[in-house]
Amino acid sequence: MRKFLLTILFLLAALPLRAQSFEELLLQLPEGSYSDRAAVAAAIAATGDDRAAGVLEVLAEGNLHILKSDGSIVEIRDVNGDDIAFSALDGTEVGEIGRGDTDKIKVNNGLRRDLRALLGSMSLLNADPNKRAEAAQAVFKDGDPGQIELLDSAIAAETEAWVADLMQEARAVAVLNSDMDTEAKLAAVKVLADRGDQDAKGVLSQFANDEALALPIATALSQIERTQQLWQVGQNVWYGLSLGSVLLLAAIGLAITFGVMGVINMAHGELVMLGAYSTFFVQELIRNNAAWLFDYSLLIAAPVAFLVAGSVGIGIERGIVRHLYGRPLETLLATWGVSLILQQTVRSIFGPNNREVGNPEWMSGAFELGGLTITYGRMWILIFALVVFAGLMLLLKKTAMGLQMRAVTQNREMAANMGIRTGRVDALTFGLGAGIAGLAGVALSQIDNVSPNLGQSYIVDSFMVVVFGGAGNLWGALAGAFSLGVANKFLEPFTGAVLGKILVLVFIILFIQKRPRGLFALKGRAVEA
Amino acid sequence: MLQRLIDRRMGFFLGALFVAVVLIPLGNLVIAGQPVPSYVVALLAKYLCYALLAVALDLVWGYCGILSLGHGAFFALGGYAMGMHLMREIGDRGVYANPDLPDFMVFLNWQELPWFWYGFDSFIFACLMVLLVPGLLAFVFGWFAFRSRVTGVYLSIITQAMTYALMLAFFRNEMGFGGNNGLTDFKDVLGFNLQSDATRSGLFVLAALALTAGLLISKFITTSKLGKVLIAIRDAESRTRFTGYRVEGYKLFVFVVSAMMAGVAGAIYTPIVGIINPGEFSPANSIEIVIWVALGGRGTLVGAAIGAIIVALAKTLLTGWFPEFWLFALGAMFILVTIYLPTGVLGKFEQIVKRKPKPATKEVTA
Repeated sequence: MRKFLLTILFLLAALPLRAQSFEELLLQLPEGSYSDRAAVAAAIAATGDDRAAGVLEVLAEGNLHILKSDGSIVEIRDVNGDDIAFSALDGTEVGEIGRGDTDKIKVNNGLRRDLRALLGSMSLLNADPNKRAEAAQAVFKDGDPGQIELLDSAIAAETEAWVADLMQEARAVAVLNSDMDTEAKLAAVKVLADRGDQDAKGVLSQFANDEALALPIATALSQIERTQQLWQVGQNVWYGLSLGSVLLLAAIGLAITFGVMGVINMAHGELVMLGAYSTFFVQELIRNNAAWLFDYSLLIAAPVAFLVAGSVGIGIERGIVRHLYGRPLETLLATWGVSLILQQTVRSIFGPNNREVGNPEWMSGAFELGGLTITYGRMWILIFALVVFAGLMLLLKKTAMGLQMRAVTQNREMAANMGIRTGRVDALTFGLGAGIAGLAGVALSQIDNVSPNLGQSYIVDSFMVVVFGGAGNLWGALAGAFSLGVANKFLEPFTGAVLGKILVLVFIILFIQKRPRGLFALKGRAVEA
Repeated sequence: MLQRLIDRRMGFFLGALFVAVVLIPLGNLVIAGQPVPSYVVALLAKYLCYALLAVALDLVWGYCGILSLGHGAFFALGGYAMGMHLMREIGDRGVYANPDLPDFMVFLNWQELPWFWYGFDSFIFACLMVLLVPGLLAFVFGWFAFRSRVTGVYLSIITQAMTYALMLAFFRNEMGFGGNNGLTDFKDVLGFNLQSDATRSGLFVLAALALTAGLLISKFITTSKLGKVLIAIRDAESRTRFTGYRVEGYKLFVFVVSAMMAGVAGAIYTPIVGIINPGEFSPANSIEIVIWVALGGRGTLVGAAIGAIIVALAKTLLTGWFPEFWLFALGAMFILVTIYLPTGVLGKFEQIVKRKPKPATKEVTA
């Protein structure tokens, strides 16, 4: 009850004192009894001065002193074993002091409790809703039953619904800790069950031994577990989609070259790596010459990476792959050779170590969505993958070039007879696939180490996507990438990351027995091509 | 019979191999001053294991058109089977001097030997496993793959996935195969000290014998009637099937034989280099085997062996002289051989030897 009165005091009775400034009130602190001191402290709190919380905190710790020489109030801090006095008003250093130079402003347990309550209420009634929410969280952690009245008044005054919820939850913890009647506690259990997170679970399980509450708490706990499991599923789906988006980026280029030309490009991973190094290169240029552009570096790097990887791809096609059409296994070997050379070239130029590619501001950090934690970087990569996919779809379905590509996929000879220059289409297709690998490199540079081995770590996975989805079909690549990503992330909690990956590989090996041409196989004559 | 197996190529190669088997141990063990240093013996023995592995791959790729990018897995499994026996032979001479458990298990705080290590105390059992484990994997894998007619690049990719999955699995400590470090610290085999020069020469001779056997078995298979069917499958699978042959059975047979051969190569390789680790499963290793065969001459058997020795020798020399340059050379080899040397070094050589000297043609030399 004392706390309640104090709060009222703080809210109303302090009004007449408000005319007094923080400085004047501070000087009144040493005077009178402990209860006088409590009233002054409440008045100090009511000034709303920025320094108030700090001073009250120091007072509660017993480190607030009055300087005998001029009567000013100082805080004594222990700096390297010496007692140094700092002004309580502006924090400036007054100097080293001896034992007899000051009088301590005494506090007893009652006053200390009052002070703590005051501090709590100051933040609970702060003008900034975020500060209020923080204070509510702190009470939630403490669960001090002495804060119930305070919370009640704070809830009554609260205007923001979400902060009020937090306060209700904090109040529920305090109620459970208090000696209030069972009914109030049951209501508290319900509030916590609705909160439904790990913290609520922790609090509730503390009280599971209480006879009157055992049953409702058990129900509440299982309810919480269900919600948590649901969120866990959601989180796994998100991780899976995020992994899938990376796989999709790495695999669609491959799907195009394999689908249109029947060519396995083993150097695809290295083209991804070239994209990542292009990003690194662009960022270095920007860092050294135009630092203000840094936040846009990825936007600049994307077309550069596309062009670099794309032109290398066209070079590979014209120089090597062209001579090996109709011999897919030989193409596989020759492009493997290219991949070794590209790897070693990059290693010779940039060195074997990881290169640092920075994250622009908008790629870093995370936000909460219900029970999900979503990092901005992963979110943008998912969006980027879908945009690239959509762009590619448009290119294939709506442009003359896409029409020619599809014609060549379906029947090369017939397309040639109709006047399509299949050689040129091949080169452009290969270049397009390579360019998209470059774009994948830009995205991967944000979440993976940029090293000469970058491509190697994705090549088997992206092949799996293509084989699983069915070559020559972009929807297949999309479905393949996301289902493999999600499957991987769902297996991980049960089996561990490595075993999960092995299981997925085994599954694909078995799956391909059933559907040797993948999930979305091309039908008709194209099959035997 | 002998004539069928030993044609001119085979005769030349086996003759050269015989000379090496006589001269090299002689130079290492008998002749004073040791003109052939011990490390060279071990190196050559290693090359011969690679050659056997290449012959195994040539049997399936050159004669049946199955481009396996996972033959390294069979090699490594054979190596692990032998490595497990060698681990058991260490007994209580390990760092922890535990008579029942290999060092790495003591380190992982394991209390007893896992069931799949039972039996490896026996050399005979280990030798059986060297054949059985790769053979069984090839059988199961091939049975699934060939029955559902997975061919061409699809087959190549899933064999690659197979070896990749095995690599990930063997990297795990929980698997009970030494995890990252693999199996090493071997002391002796059948009582012969592995560090001694005599054992090294012995292993060299053994590798040569295994290579000879591998070549002759492969030659026997490919020149038999079954071999003709294999070649038919390579050149026109559907047509062979329509003629009434059960293509899956033929493919499965040759795939299993080849896997066993690769297993034997791995089993001899392990005591020679003294270590077997999960790196042997890496897909890059398996692809490298393919270039040995392609460089030497696909579908010639002897050529595959020669190709393996050439590439391995080049790797040893180049990585010693210019470490940076090796990957360039290997990459260039892949590109040039596939484009300009479809019949490999051996094919080119024979083409040059047979042809009467002609005025310069537009032939490209690589």
